[in-house]
Amino acid sequence: MSRREKNWWIVGGIVIVIYALFPIAWIVSLSLKAAADLNNGQFLPSDLSWENYSLILTGGASDLFLPALRNSFGIVLIATAISSVLSMFAAYAIARLDFPGKKLILSTALAVAIFPVISIVTPLFNLWRQIGLYDTWPGLIIPYLSLTLPISIWTMSAFFREIPWEMEQAAQVDGATTWQAFRKVIVPLAAPGVFTTAIIAFFIAWNDFIYGISLTSTSAARPVPAALGLFSGASQFVEPTGAIAAAAVVVTIPVVVLVLIFQRRIVAGLTNGAVKG
Amino acid sequence: MASIEMKNIVKKYGDGFPAVNDVSLDIDEGEFMILVGPSGCGKSTLLRMIVGLEDITSGDMVIGGTRVNDKAPRERNLSMVFQNYALYPHLTVYENIAFPLRLAKVDDAEVQRRVNEAADVLELHEHLERKPANLSGGQRQRVAMGRAIVRQAEAFLFDEPLSNLDAKLRGQMRTEISRLQRRLGITTVYVTHDQTEAMTLGDRVCVLRKGKIQQVASPRELYEQPVNLFVAGFIGSPPMNFLPATLSGSRLTTPFGDIDLDERRAAAVAGRDLLLVGIRPEYFEDAALVDEAKRPVGSVFTARVDVTEWLGDSQFAYIPYEAPDEIRAQLRELSKELDSEELRTQAIVSIDATSRIREGRDAEFWLDSRKVHVFDPTTGDNLTRDAEAGAELTRLAAEDRVEQVQSAEGEGISAA
Repeated sequence: MSRREKNWWIVGGIVIVIYALFPIAWIVSLSLKAAADLNNGQFLPSDLSWENYSLILTGGASDLFLPALRNSFGIVLIATAISSVLSMFAAYAIARLDFPGKKLILSTALAVAIFPVISIVTPLFNLWRQIGLYDTWPGLIIPYLSLTLPISIWTMSAFFREIPWEMEQAAQVDGATTWQAFRKVIVPLAAPGVFTTAIIAFFIAWNDFIYGISLTSTSAARPVPAALGLFSGASQFVEPTGAIAAAAVVVTIPVVVLVLIFQRRIVAGLTNGAVKG
Repeated sequence: MASIEMKNIVKKYGDGFPAVNDVSLDIDEGEFMILVGPSGCGKSTLLRMIVGLEDITSGDMVIGGTRVNDKAPRERNLSMVFQNYALYPHLTVYENIAFPLRLAKVDDAEVQRRVNEAADVLELHEHLERKPANLSGGQRQRVAMGRAIVRQAEAFLFDEPLSNLDAKLRGQMRTEISRLQRRLGITTVYVTHDQTEAMTLGDRVCVLRKGKIQQVASPRELYEQPVNLFVAGFIGSPPMNFLPATLSGSRLTTPFGDIDLDERRAAAVAGRDLLLVGIRPEYFEDAALVDEAKRPVGSVFTARVDVTEWLGDSQFAYIPYEAPDEIRAQLRELSKELDSEELRTQAIVSIDATSRIREGRDAEFWLDSRKVHVFDPTTGDNLTRDAEAGAELTRLAAEDRVEQVQSAEGEGISAA
């Protein structure tokens, strides 16, 4: 690559980063503006103010926000864990075993993922109310599984396919049962794939708004994205922009932390050297 | 240590294609058996059926006196070295070797002792804490062998273990495997498509073609008394030359002059007209360099040399010849089966490295007719095979093996 070409790449990269990060910077800046300062016509707040944060964490909006945060974490983590384990087994079966209906499972999973959420949510609302799942944690975990499982199965089976089958056969010859071979050889090798899939599943569930707002009514199960929509200002004429911005920043933090923690695990290449290099 | 007996083993895939077809083979305790053949001959499938990674469609697989058809790989107590080694990348070399022991729940002290023992044999000590990714090809190969020898398996199975190494390392590892096998005296089945490995390693070699056994014999018997065209063409490098010949009495007329057959061989081929004569490259010589004493046992002919290859210690000359269409088609078919692309009918002739025969000129060659074989061109059968002489060669090889194993055991005892 010539020097000139390299410079263009750097410039291009910077443009993309600015384009992607600008909204986030804007939200952070908004969350730090006092109510009177919101319309100051400047990008940066005139004075750094933590009033929005104290409003959602300890002040008037905390009744709405804190339970929602707890619900979000609980529901999303449970949904992610279940979908990771389920999709790990499903993907292993799809990648390794030959059984009738394999294609059908994969295409059904894809079809489920393609189906628009909004078209399912009304019947689901009625059904959930009748069987008592409305406004409960399982009432959200189940639809979240339907969102996360298809993509988890697809990505995970791609990872499993890349693990040389001989690895598992070697383990079996060495005296392992199928389960031992899976646990001691396949799972450690698939770890980067499992983490990647789990994080994708977490994001999908974490970002959901439609199920969250439609299938809940109280703070018993309402997740953060839905709660954000219910914030209200000091009077009906005041937009709660600052509080929403502050809450948005707070819910972004777990996502960023997750990516930073698992960044190195996501980077595959663990299978390097297993076979002829 | 155990014997392996295969009785009428068949492997059919979903589409009904028999990858292995009615194979019966007995492998003695402590024997080194080679399965060899061109790609797609079913040798790897057969090996995988022994170890249990492939289902057996019909027939009996008996290891150490027990029928194992329905046993899982882990219940068969065999160890295997895979073509691409199949090391566990997330474990250190130590844990890779210890893996079978850990599964068997052997206690730590014992694991340590046995891994160290294996590491001693394979000189892996300085690498025990490294990951497979950081090792060279030869080192990975040794780790894979370490994993195989660390437990007392009934037999070793090798699936083309050296095909991923470069030529020099392959030679070293070959002698290493041979020494290890003799030292441990363990039954070994070794799959390869490499001539040299088959000839040097095996006590006996089993040549497979399209899922069927062609011949099981010592390397020497395969070379000197092949049972048919396929074995004759497959064993030996450069391969045996096949010349069309017509018979009159006990005299064969070939493109390279007449060959007189002795009584036994003349009787074996009597009554046919078109035949194929199989002559190994080294049965030829530059006529100018042949001893006067040897000259009468062969015949001399003149031919035009197409290409010569001088390799320092030896020299090859290529001599094109004309063949009838049916023979040409037969030979083309054969070379296709042997994974080679021979487009023209030409003989490869080994001559002395000092020979001054030049390309593009006519030259005089001498042909030793004592060891030529005559094949039926339609069935491919070797008409002049001397079964007794062949059996004698294999018996001698078996004696050698017993002697080697005993002396290796003797060394083991004196070393301990």
